[in-house]
Amino acid sequence: MQVTTQAFQRNAGAALHNPALQKALKNIKIGFVRKRAAAVAKLPEFEALREAGRELKNHVLDHLDFYLEQFETKVIESGGQVHWAQDAAEANQIVLEICQSVNARRVTKGKSMISEEIGLNDFLEAHGIRPVETDLGEYIIQLRHEHPSHIIAPAVHLNREQVADAFQAHHAPYGFTERREEPRALMDEARQVLRQQFLQAEVGITGANFCIAETGTTVIVTNEGNGDLTQILPKVHIALASIEKVVPTFEDVSLLLRLLARSATGQELSVYTTFSTGPRRAEDADGPEQFHVVLLDNGRSGMLGGEFQDMLRCIRCAACLNHCPVYGAIGGHAYGWVYPGPMGSVLTPQLIGIEVAGPLPNASTFCGRCEDVCPVHIPLPKMMRHWREQEFARHLIPMTTRFGLGLWAFVARNPKLYRLATNLGSWLLRRLAGGKGRIRSLPLARGWTAWRDLPVPQGRTFQQQWATRRENQS
Amino acid sequence: MNEAREQSLATIRRGLKRGPLDGTRRVELETRLAHPLRHLIPTRAQGSHSEQVAMWIRMAEYALATVDQVARPNDAPAAVAAFLARENLPTAIVMAPDAELAALPWESQSLLHIERRAARDGDQVSVTTAFAGIAETGTLMLCSGPDSPTTLNFLPDTHIVLLPTAWIVGSYEDGWDLLRATGEAMPRTINYITGPSRSGDIEQTMQLGAHGPLRLHIVLISA
Ligand code: SF4
Repeated sequence: MQVTTQAFQRNAGAALHNPALQKALKNIKIGFVRKRAAAVAKLPEFEALREAGRELKNHVLDHLDFYLEQFETKVIESGGQVHWAQDAAEANQIVLEICQSVNARRVTKGKSMISEEIGLNDFLEAHGIRPVETDLGEYIIQLRHEHPSHIIAPAVHLNREQVADAFQAHHAPYGFTERREEPRALMDEARQVLRQQFLQAEVGITGANFCIAETGTTVIVTNEGNGDLTQILPKVHIALASIEKVVPTFEDVSLLLRLLARSATGQELSVYTTFSTGPRRAEDADGPEQFHVVLLDNGRSGMLGGEFQDMLRCIRCAACLNHCPVYGAIGGHAYGWVYPGPMGSVLTPQLIGIEVAGPLPNASTFCGRCEDVCPVHIPLPKMMRHWREQEFARHLIPMTTRFGLGLWAFVARNPKLYRLATNLGSWLLRRLAGGKGRIRSLPLARGWTAWRDLPVPQGRTFQQQWATRRENQS
Repeated sequence: MNEAREQSLATIRRGLKRGPLDGTRRVELETRLAHPLRHLIPTRAQGSHSEQVAMWIRMAEYALATVDQVARPNDAPAAVAAFLARENLPTAIVMAPDAELAALPWESQSLLHIERRAARDGDQVSVTTAFAGIAETGTLMLCSGPDSPTTLNFLPDTHIVLLPTAWIVGSYEDGWDLLRATGEAMPRTINYITGPSRSGDIEQTMQLGAHGPLRLHIVLISA
């Protein structure tokens, strides 16, 4: 996938001017945010479960090598195979070789962010294998040659008219020549088209929400059932997982399941949670003959012991995206790579480098809502600050910003100068406002005032008030 | 790709500032795996059995499943036929090749046409049992095996599940205990199913029947 993180400011500007996107983004608030709040309110133990979730993930990370080895042993014992991949290229190659070993021409895919991370679809297509996304949202954006704009609702940026356009453009070969716009009709159409794909695929590729060390089991969570049809119908099931997805036992998964759906969609539990262990047994009437797990590292092992270790607790629920004012204003594509929103702002610089992803940790108002809703208490704002510090220390910040910050620091260290500057500043702003409470357009800061008015300083400065207060007290 | 494996494990250990785990720490972790610890279980999953049954029904209906109750196993075939007639659904059924299901008096329902096998494309209605019901979220737990093919749970438009109330437990953990108590190997596939298939991917408007069944109907058997 082409990386456009460096163009974040331009992307964000375009997103704000995109009326279709702005309309679609409003759905997030009505949908995810309210539903999550209602689901959390129905479970009095939710806060205590969050604490337990954090402790559990910390325990796993502290013993990650042990649990990965256990998981591998158990997968092999149950007749499956484990493939380790350092990076995207290795992971893609592994998947390709498995597909080629069964002469696969068509693979169906359940939703997997790892697959996006490694750019698997493009890679398979380049080698003559047709990947078909089966999650409805993923399918829609695949038809549109787009990437997900949200980690659990990949097509959240689209309206029904755009979906109708995509189906009309692609579904004629399946006998659908009439344009339909009703969500019900669109869904039925996709169901019929994709049913044939499920039945024809030689390989099914899913992600994995969790990998259970106790038994070598992978777990997927879906609402559509597409992941299940993907993995039970073809001859071969490949599960793509990143190394931090491992958890020790079924009891541990149960804890995380109580957090996941409530945080994500506000459901008590997603419709389908599926636990897969090895290939089909000799007497089984259905199920895949081969079971492969690809364990992707891609820089994650290097996060252990460092200031970003906590990010590996993430269970990809997307609550931090849904509650982020920046994400809510610009959507996911503006972030320029696979993972958007607060979790993306922390993870992306780690995976593709701060040099290119520098703008992302800066795309934050530090309002703290992401950390407040994160089911495993990841201190996202703190970690974005770490990235900003690294960026500054590595001289990746533009000269103008560095100069501005340097000047501010100098003034702030000289109380007299600071007082003079703030008095002068607030006087000047009041003059510019001309008696009104807000300034519509501020010279030298038009980039800021283009989107909002600047409130005019009211009354006296903090230092003036403080001085008066001290006098009155003495 | 053994190199990749060694590299990941080495980097993890370097980050954690230690070598491979051994000695008492390793034994502790192995014990934790062999004797899994329960975390906090929500109070709602800990009521009496009759409370659990009531909760299971409430939560399954909240997830948009439909639930009928019959007194005895032998009443189940009539309940299935009645449901199909009420909903105006086809009477051709594909049924799990399960001994307990086969023992029910299906011949009393002359309109039903039953085949016992895995599901195929075009099948409209499936009938299965479940391994357990989990009260806290109104969830069904189904285990794959020769007598319960997984395709039955996903391919047909309508999935009907016969579940004795005695098989309803409170929490997910109770379900795992029950499974471990069978002493059998882990089945290839375990499905937690909570309501019928759905998607909100078009404008966040929820539609049922995305890829899996449009309808999930449960016949609860009290005795
Ligand atoms: S960082 Fe937290 S809130 Fe965001 S996706 Fe991950 S687990 Fe969910």
